[in-house]
Amino acid sequence: MSITYLEAIREAQAKLLRDDERVFIYGQDVGGTFGGAFKATKGLAKEFPGRVLNTPISEDAIVGTAIGAALQGMRPIVEMQFADFSSLALNQILNNAGTHYWRTNVPVPITVRLPSGGTKGSGPFHSQSMESIYAHYPGLIVMTPATVEDAYTMLIEAVAIDDPVIYCEHKYLYYHLKADKLPEKGLPTGRARIAREGRDLTVVSYSAMMQESLAAAEELAREGFEIEVVDLRTVKPLDTDIVFASVARTGRLLCVGEAFPWGGVTAEVIARVTSAGFHLLDAAPQRLNAKDTPIPYHPNLWSAHRPNAKNIAAKARALLRE
Amino acid sequence: MLQTAQRTLKSKRKKLAAPHERFLEAFHWMLLARTLEEKLVSLYRGGMITGGVYIGKGQEAVSVACGLFLQKGDIFAPLIRDQAGRSAFGEPLLDVTRTYLGSRLGPMRGRDGNIHRGHPRKNELAMISHLGAMISVTVGALMAKRFRGEKDFIGLSCIGEGGMQSGSFHEGMNIAAVEQVPLVVVATNNHYAYSTPNDREFACHDLVDRAIGYGFEGYSLDGTDLGACLDVIGGAVKRARAGRPPQLIVASVLRLSGHGEHDDASYVPEEIKRKPFARDCLKVAEQTIIDLNLADADTLAQWRKDAAAQVDEAIATAQKEPAPEGDREEWCAISTRELADSFE
Repeated sequence: MSITYLEAIREAQAKLLRDDERVFIYGQDVGGTFGGAFKATKGLAKEFPGRVLNTPISEDAIVGTAIGAALQGMRPIVEMQFADFSSLALNQILNNAGTHYWRTNVPVPITVRLPSGGTKGSGPFHSQSMESIYAHYPGLIVMTPATVEDAYTMLIEAVAIDDPVIYCEHKYLYYHLKADKLPEKGLPTGRARIAREGRDLTVVSYSAMMQESLAAAEELAREGFEIEVVDLRTVKPLDTDIVFASVARTGRLLCVGEAFPWGGVTAEVIARVTSAGFHLLDAAPQRLNAKDTPIPYHPNLWSAHRPNAKNIAAKARALLRE
Repeated sequence: MLQTAQRTLKSKRKKLAAPHERFLEAFHWMLLARTLEEKLVSLYRGGMITGGVYIGKGQEAVSVACGLFLQKGDIFAPLIRDQAGRSAFGEPLLDVTRTYLGSRLGPMRGRDGNIHRGHPRKNELAMISHLGAMISVTVGALMAKRFRGEKDFIGLSCIGEGGMQSGSFHEGMNIAAVEQVPLVVVATNNHYAYSTPNDREFACHDLVDRAIGYGFEGYSLDGTDLGACLDVIGGAVKRARAGRPPQLIVASVLRLSGHGEHDDASYVPEEIKRKPFARDCLKVAEQTIIDLNLADADTLAQWRKDAAAQVDEAIATAQKEPAPEGDREEWCAISTRELADSFE
């Protein structure tokens, strides 16, 4: 048996609907016989009548409704059709859900699924990675699973958490990534993991870029370098301990993310390592992000816009020479 | 197809539509709200309240009717000028004074102030400043009740004509009708969005006409007439409870204050203050009480004294309470403590 990253997300939702009557799924085209733009909810409306509901194209109201339902004891899962469109729900997510516990002492257990990141030909409005924006604001947990197993267990964990969770699932991994079976249990939320051990350089990454980083590490292994790859899993909270431990072993740090370069997760990791672990570094830490332009449509431009195994390897080689 | 029932703003009521007891009960809450807010204004002017003070002067009749008909289990989403409705719904005066005066013991514990308060566990939603956002939140709360199989509940969400122009409001109204939840939206047109008059806010003939476009049933209301407020809002609550489509009420009043107490409202021209909708609803209600001989001048004076005593006590209590302190605050914005991002 083999299961894809996308199927893992569907299976997690099926399990959640089966096990917990407080769960319902709310989003554009998720219901009926359609099952979502990417089929992440395929068949669920039929299996769980009245609990997988199509919505108008009203991102603000979709999240507002989820917040209200969560305050009354439900565990809504919102599917944004594309992460990019969650910009239309920023107010409800950041100012309502994100502030609610701090202000009132009552948490808002919503899960917002964001189909994130670039795929060939998707262009500026169907390719964005929004995790840094959500991580910047207080009151939210931001998950960025990079494996089939994490896609499954972290979504189940997201719904169990009493606070709002932004679950960034990567569209590029939907069909590309496969596993033999789904795990019963994953690592605890907020814990990063060493995806590949090495002693020469640490690459810190997450989501699809973690897979690209693994491929880069494979390429560099053929040249005799041992690259350690850290998969952050959640970008907020950020597991600084495991990053520090890895940098202590390697002395070199490269952070890779698919989001735009200004600020963001990679900048945050480097800021933390340099401010509290400067003595661990043998060379100036480096980062690799997408370019500071909108995400291009044409595959030739797109593949040059985002980090990939090739340019991650090139950046790592340069850092290894330092 | 839904019909939009119109009511004339000029309807002079010879007799009360609501029973006298309810009218008097509503008047008590209005009087309490007015007394409280006048006191808050003087504390603000005396430099004893940080931030701002936002009052509902002139809107108490509409507001009180919003709170008065709600029962246990109903959801209330008051807005900036809804002190009367909040009190009628059951919000203790201490919640107000503690929040305005920044007591650590209040519902917001100094973390948020003034009208940005609520008790979500007691079904009083805590508004955010971004107008229109609470409509869909009310919808979601009602959906949760329906999911659980609860019966005989409604939600009431307040808005102004300013907030009615936000995208969030439009999305919330539309999704309410799509979900067919038992919702009443009470919109008070107080003729100013901060300093901007109606003619720069919207260009439709009458805001209530939007009801039919959203899939709501719509009613207009003279918000200066307490009897009419109880009648029309009470009727809408009853219809929502009976399973009719969502209800939109558009009440007309004049905001008899600035946007907040920092604002002298000098942009409001004199002629608008002579319009029928500019009447002070509290004075109109008081006149009705006298005209119908529901209470005499001495009784009214006693009620005023009672309200002042309650307010004074709530203020004195909150003033004695400890303020929050930066170095003792728990700086964690999530309830799952072990998932706090703790790097400093």
